[in-house]
Amino acid sequence: MTDTPAEAEHAAAPEPATPAGETVSAGETVSAGETVPAGGSASAGGSASGAPSRRALIGWGGAGLALGAAVAGGAVAVARSGDDEPGAAGEGGAVAFHGHHQAGIATPVQDRLHFAAFDVKTTDRAAFVQLLKDWTAAARRMTAGQAVGEGAYGGLAEAPPDDTGEALGLTPSRLTLTLGFGPSLFEKFDLADRRPEALVDLPRFAGDNLDRNRSGGDLCVQACADDPQIAVHAIRNLARIGFGKVVIRWSQLGFGKTSSTTPDAQTPRNLMGFKDGTRNIAGTETDRLKKFVWVEEKDTDADSAWMAGGSYLVARRIRMNIETWDRTSLQEQEDIFGRDKGEGAPVGKAKERDKPFLKAMLPDAHVRLAHPDTNAGATLLRRGYSFTDGTDGLGRLDAGLFFLAYQRDVRTGFIPVQRSLAADALNEYIQHVGSALFAIPPGVRDKDDWWGSTLFAKNPGDSHDPKEA
Amino acid sequence: MRAVRLSVVTAAATAAALAAVTGCTEKSDASSEDHVVEVTATDTKCEVSKTEFPAGHVQMDVTNKGSKVTEVYLLFPDDRIVTERENIGPGTRQKVTAEVKAGDYRIACKPGMKGKGIRQDVTVTGGGKAAKRDPRLDAAVASYRQYAQEQADETLPKAKVFTDAVKAGDIEAAKKAYATSRIGWERTEPVAESFGDIDPKVDLREDGLEEGQDLEKDWTGWHRLERSLWKDKKLTDRDSKLADQLIKDLTDWQNRVGKAEITPTSMANGAKELLDEVATGKVTGEEERYSHTDLVDFKANVEGAEKSYELLKPVAKENDAALVTELDKQFAALDTLLDTYRKDKTSYEFTSYDKVSKADQKELSDAVNALAEPLSKLAAAVVATK
Repeated sequence: MTDTPAEAEHAAAPEPATPAGETVSAGETVSAGETVPAGGSASAGGSASGAPSRRALIGWGGAGLALGAAVAGGAVAVARSGDDEPGAAGEGGAVAFHGHHQAGIATPVQDRLHFAAFDVKTTDRAAFVQLLKDWTAAARRMTAGQAVGEGAYGGLAEAPPDDTGEALGLTPSRLTLTLGFGPSLFEKFDLADRRPEALVDLPRFAGDNLDRNRSGGDLCVQACADDPQIAVHAIRNLARIGFGKVVIRWSQLGFGKTSSTTPDAQTPRNLMGFKDGTRNIAGTETDRLKKFVWVEEKDTDADSAWMAGGSYLVARRIRMNIETWDRTSLQEQEDIFGRDKGEGAPVGKAKERDKPFLKAMLPDAHVRLAHPDTNAGATLLRRGYSFTDGTDGLGRLDAGLFFLAYQRDVRTGFIPVQRSLAADALNEYIQHVGSALFAIPPGVRDKDDWWGSTLFAKNPGDSHDPKEA
Repeated sequence: MRAVRLSVVTAAATAAALAAVTGCTEKSDASSEDHVVEVTATDTKCEVSKTEFPAGHVQMDVTNKGSKVTEVYLLFPDDRIVTERENIGPGTRQKVTAEVKAGDYRIACKPGMKGKGIRQDVTVTGGGKAAKRDPRLDAAVASYRQYAQEQADETLPKAKVFTDAVKAGDIEAAKKAYATSRIGWERTEPVAESFGDIDPKVDLREDGLEEGQDLEKDWTGWHRLERSLWKDKKLTDRDSKLADQLIKDLTDWQNRVGKAEITPTSMANGAKELLDEVATGKVTGEEERYSHTDLVDFKANVEGAEKSYELLKPVAKENDAALVTELDKQFAALDTLLDTYRKDKTSYEFTSYDKVSKADQKELSDAVNALAEPLSKLAAAVVATK
């Protein structure tokens, strides 16, 4: 399966000394500054314009907050009330929004996904830049566990609230929001010369049956959280802010992460029941991240220098023929993967983490074809999720794997691996039905920075404007 | 936006004061001479014995000295009706009473029961004076109320063309008159719907019937006739009765539209609701599922929203210039897009919605969302008082 590069047991990779826990507690520091100390992001939620909030001015806010705290007895209850109170950051894990890289890549994989691809409708560059700034401001608040804008209640009775409200009272749930630019964006706003060479048009792969309504997009936002409501809330509010400038082209909900960036005792299983991603790149493996995931300055030229610190994301919707797979004998299932089903051990080995002996597997076994040794060392960081979108009208589960993989360059990452998988025995049971590729710009550096500033700051006035960020 | 919201408290107070006017809780004191206003109506004049009287139970003693049947109204500054009396024949006297709070009002006589009437400003004095609303907003509401009345007035003859064809059994003529007979209604739907009882009689769709209601007996109005014309492809005696009923119900609407509760914020939110109508019913093709004339309704909804918006724009622009810029842009974009579905920009002959591709429907839907989202912020931009 595509998630295969997954199976990538990288021979040279060291075992992580201490498996990191899935839940990041307050103040704990995991993986290069991905976790915020408790209360650390409070300032980020401050009113961006510097104006006092409406509620503070009218004087309703104080009473409301006091009441909330008294009733619920804690910061969690008021965490999403829409104002600037601290307290949200540590509760239920807030992941730092600011950083050299965007969160949501090396961040320990959360349980749930809402991924959305957008088409840009506006032709006005300034309007689009403003949207990126507005999105950044909203993302900064939501990832810190705060409501969008002036909140979900307490405002004008006659007007719809800024925030949609379904995340009220919930913790940040380690929400990360990761923005990407699709190849088609570079045809707009005179950006053609700034499209990086590595942002190729993906070739057609054997077996592709792509639905254009589930493919492509000028922009993407990956929302990952431990609570699906938090992820859905984030995409919904960004889409709302974007009306008139961008529209959702397609989206995908995901559950049950199929890979982990925090290697622990249990590797997650995909819907075929197999463990996948035993040796996926961990968020703590700085060396492998540097080698395989992050775009370095030396990878870029003057036009694509804006990508330094970024990455490339391949998204593939892979439908599984669940029913026929379930009628397949255990022996065949294990032969197809090249692992046993119970332990997850490679053919001929005893334990999941034993080094695989590829030649012991059948020539068309999935792990064998996906392994870095078969693909000149090609290694991806995968964050795939399972999906089920009801049934397909023929009584079959519309289910499978929503494959997400980050890499430094798709030409040495996803493309050779996927080509190698043309011979995969698993292909009888899967079909790639959606496909998209995005350039993931570097992280939002601080409270004055905004998503995509390195790409769009070319024009004077667009750059790093503290008043508008 | 922030500056705008400062005025929320003021706006709330204004709304509360307006609501209180019709509360009718004060003790009757009509016996006092102070509270009786003599109104002398002629064909050209509307004379009142006093222009200032104390709050409480007010009695208008109307004498029609003209040659035409007249009607007399006591109106709020925004033209909302406090009380009225119709059909006052030449040479007759009528008494009209109302409980009123302090504030500015108008007394209007309408000789021949037509037009805006001959008006006389009056002041009701006393404690609990209602907070004054921005006069531009009162003017906007008054203009919108007039617009709603015009739409109802113009709808009746068009609906008659439609129902006459139905009664004559002329299917082709009825089909031709169907969509145009609905335009006035669709333009002012939020006002029409505010009466609650008229909308289910005239504009109910098949799926809107409540449990226990009978499809044959209880379903009336335009869409029932739409089904007869396009799906059943025949007209029966039942359809003739439905045609008469439709005219009766629309006449009821025409008579009551002047009494609708309209405020600046309800105008703003009404504009948004018109776009919601488009987004939930027209874009999906559910509204006109047999005739596929959805784009006619679509256009009428947008026109009605635009009317509301244009009237509120001067105030909204002061409070939120960026919002007005965005709304101008998105209204223009949607209008331009809609124009691609008709050959002649003055006609209401639009492409049949079953001929609009899925991709084009998505484009229409995107344009509606692009307009409706900023339009939802219009109410906030008009509540501010200067």
